[in-house]
Amino acid sequence: MAITDELKALIGTTTEPVIMEVERGAIRRYADAIDDPNPLFRDVEHAQSSRYGEMICPPGFFGWPVKRGGVMEVLASLTPALARAGCPRILDGGVDFEFYLPIRAGDILTSSGKVADIRAREGKTGTMIFTTLETTFINQNGDLVAKSRATIISL
Amino acid sequence: MKKQLYYEDVEVGSEVIPLAKIATTEMLVKWAGATGDFNPLHYEDAFAASQGVGSPIVHGALKRAWLGHLMTDWTGEQGILKRLSCQYRGMDYPRKMKDMVTPEEGETWWCKGTVTKKYVEDGQHIVECDIWVENGKGEKTTPGTATVILPSREAKS
Amino acid sequence: MQQASIITDEMKEQLGVEGTPTILEVEKGHIRMMAEALDDPNPLWQDEEYAKKTRYGGIVAPPALLCNARAGTGRGVQMKSPFLRALAGGDELQYYLPVRPGDVITSVSKIAEYNEREGRMGKMLFTIIDTTYKNQRGEVVATSRSTSISY
Repeated sequence: MAITDELKALIGTTTEPVIMEVERGAIRRYADAIDDPNPLFRDVEHAQSSRYGEMICPPGFFGWPVKRGGVMEVLASLTPALARAGCPRILDGGVDFEFYLPIRAGDILTSSGKVADIRAREGKTGTMIFTTLETTFINQNGDLVAKSRATIISL
Repeated sequence: MKKQLYYEDVEVGSEVIPLAKIATTEMLVKWAGATGDFNPLHYEDAFAASQGVGSPIVHGALKRAWLGHLMTDWTGEQGILKRLSCQYRGMDYPRKMKDMVTPEEGETWWCKGTVTKKYVEDGQHIVECDIWVENGKGEKTTPGTATVILPSREAKS
Repeated sequence: MQQASIITDEMKEQLGVEGTPTILEVEKGHIRMMAEALDDPNPLWQDEEYAKKTRYGGIVAPPALLCNARAGTGRGVQMKSPFLRALAGGDELQYYLPVRPGDVITSVSKIAEYNEREGRMGKMLFTIIDTTYKNQRGEVVATSRSTSISY
C-alpha cells in the first residue's frame, strides 16, 4: 500500500522548537489530574530532601509550553493531507517514551518534533495510515532528557 | 499596542468598548482546568438536569472573568481595576464543538458597559461603570459594576 | 404560623470561622492557562519583554486568577445547607495590588452571613463567603465576597 505523494513529502518535516517551562504548580495540577499522590510530584520539602533535590515531573509530563506549537503545528498540515488521502479520522495510536534524566521544577526544556515516518496498511475497515512523530526534549544544560515516538492512526 | 484611555476621554454615559465572547464546551473544560472548579454542573448532562438547569451551564466565574477582560482591555495598561462585582442572574449554555477547533453555530455573548460616575478622590481619577454579559437574545444574564482608576492627561502635564 | 428557619444553630456556629488557608504559588504557566481559558490575548499576561516596558515592569496576573477554587476561595469553610442544589449567585472583588509570577498568595475564607429568602422554587439559602488574599509580604492584594445560592 503506497501513501500519497503529498504525505510522502511531509516525512521529515520538523517543527519549530517549543520552549516548555517546568513549574511546580503545573506538576501538582498534572499529578492531581492523574490522581497520583506521590509526594515527589507535590511536596517541595519532601522532594528537596529526596535524591532528586527538587520536585520532578511524572513520566510523560514536560511542563507547559510557553507558546503553543510543535505537534499541533504538524497536525495542522498533516490532518488535511490525511483527509485528502482518504483517511479523515484521527486516533491516538500510542506513545513510546524513553527517559534519560529526571525533569525538575525550574527546568526549561526545548522540544523539537519531526515526522519520522508515514506508512499505509490495509486494515479490516479499509486503509489505515500510521504516522510516527518523534519528539526530543532537551533541558537548559543541553542534555537530552527524554524522547517520544507517538503514533497517529488515521482511517 | 492599544491606545491608552484617559479620564478625560470618558463621560457619564460613555460606552465601554464591547467585547465578544463565545462560550464553548472546550472553553469550559479549559476554565475548569485553570481554576480547579470541577463542579459537574458544568460538564455532566444528568447532574445538570438533576440540578434543575437542564444541561451543563457556563461557569458564573467564567463570565466574571470575561467582564474582567472587558475592563482590562478598555482601561489599558495605565488603568487599574479596583473593584469588580457581578451577579449570576441567568443561565448560559455553551456551544458544542463541531470538530477539534470549530464550535457549532449559535450564540455569541457580548460583554458591555457604560460609565455611571466619574470623580477625583485623593488625587485618583476614578470611573465607575455598569457592566454586564449579554446573551444572544440580548438578555443581561450577568449584570455587575466595576470601578477603575484611569490616568489623567491633566495630571500628566 | 411562623415557619421554622432553615438556618440552624450549627450553621450559625460556622459564621466568621476562618477556613484552612490555601497557598497559591503564582506561576507564569498558570497565568497563561488562565488567559487562554478566557480567551484574553493581552500581552501583559504573557509577554515578558512587552510587560517589562509597562508600568508593571513585568508580567502580572489577570483579575480572574483570584476568586476560584485554585485560589482557595471557599476552601475549608463548612457550608451547610438543607438543600441539594446550589448555584453561584455572584462575586464582588476588590483589587489592591498587582499579582505577579513568583508571588505566593495565601487566602483565607469565612462564612460572613446566611440569608434565607422565598423564591419561585420555594425557600432559598444565600451563603455569603468572604475571602482575603495576601501575598508573601503579608500585603492584602484583594478581597472577595461570593454568594452561593442553594435551593
